[in-house]
Amino acid sequence: MPVIVVEVMPKAELLDPQGKAVAGALSRLGRQGYGDVRVGKRFELHVDGPVDEAALSDAREVAETLLANLVIEDVVSVHEAPAEVSA
Amino acid sequence: MTRVGVITFPGSLDDGDARRAVRLAGAEPVRLWHGEHDLHGVDAVVLPGGFSYGDYLRCGAIAALSPIMAEVVAAAERGLPVLGICNGFQMLTEARLLPGGLVRNDHGAFVCRDQRLRVESTATAWSNAFEQGEEIVVPLKNGEGGYVADPQTLERLEGEGRVVFRYLDVDPNGSSARIAGVANERGNVVGLMPHPEHAVEPGFGPDTPGAMRSGVDGLRVFTSALRSVLAA
Repeated sequence: MPVIVVEVMPKAELLDPQGKAVAGALSRLGRQGYGDVRVGKRFELHVDGPVDEAALSDAREVAETLLANLVIEDVVSVHEAPAEVSA
Repeated sequence: MTRVGVITFPGSLDDGDARRAVRLAGAEPVRLWHGEHDLHGVDAVVLPGGFSYGDYLRCGAIAALSPIMAEVVAAAERGLPVLGICNGFQMLTEARLLPGGLVRNDHGAFVCRDQRLRVESTATAWSNAFEQGEEIVVPLKNGEGGYVADPQTLERLEGEGRVVFRYLDVDPNGSSARIAGVANERGNVVGLMPHPEHAVEPGFGPDTPGAMRSGVDGLRVFTSALRSVLAA
């Protein structure tokens, strides 16, 4: 079944305390060189039909109305997953 | 007798306390269920605190799409007083009945404290029994209570007097302009992160200089609704 992937991130201008906590843990692990970490969400929508422009357009609408709250988040990507994810 | 509905969602925690607050304010509490399309003719509605749907997706996001919320949105647009407390406030923003959104506390930790607030507007269905500028203390407990909105929205809320409650002493969760609660344009819909329903009965409220746990400042949030129903 083909899969549409939707990626959502907290808005860039908002603090991301979750990302900050992960960044803190990285530095305690001794992992240097990661100036900032932000944590977002990935949704995998398993679609019944083919992933054509209409399906992607519908997924974009779903992303902007339910999967993300555009007051606090951005939809950063809506795309078809590579075949191995869909399998 | 004025009838105030309190909606129970899967994961609501404070619906019982909200019904008790309604009763102590002198109204009849009516239990409403999220899965129904019926407000049972109530005069006002409270969306209680808790963790509806385990905060899945976003706090309040799935509850905002439950069957009864379609009725709440329609009734709110007709002027029915609607109060959202904590998770209920999150639902009201997700349902777009109130502007802005609530995000994880800036310090990353859950906060639980007796919180001093200033009543910034008494021109709402849920704050008309206070004095303008009055300082009150009610419990606050949340993990995702940081109020955010874009600069234009914040300016509009301040300019139109729609900031109803503001945090004093500290900004406990990183809210813009220390906003604790806001109203819609008409003033019938109010959402706030602090919990007035936990400060309604002597012996069970926040400490006051007078006596332990004697704080009942939250009660007037509910008596305000009674006044606005009777005035309507």
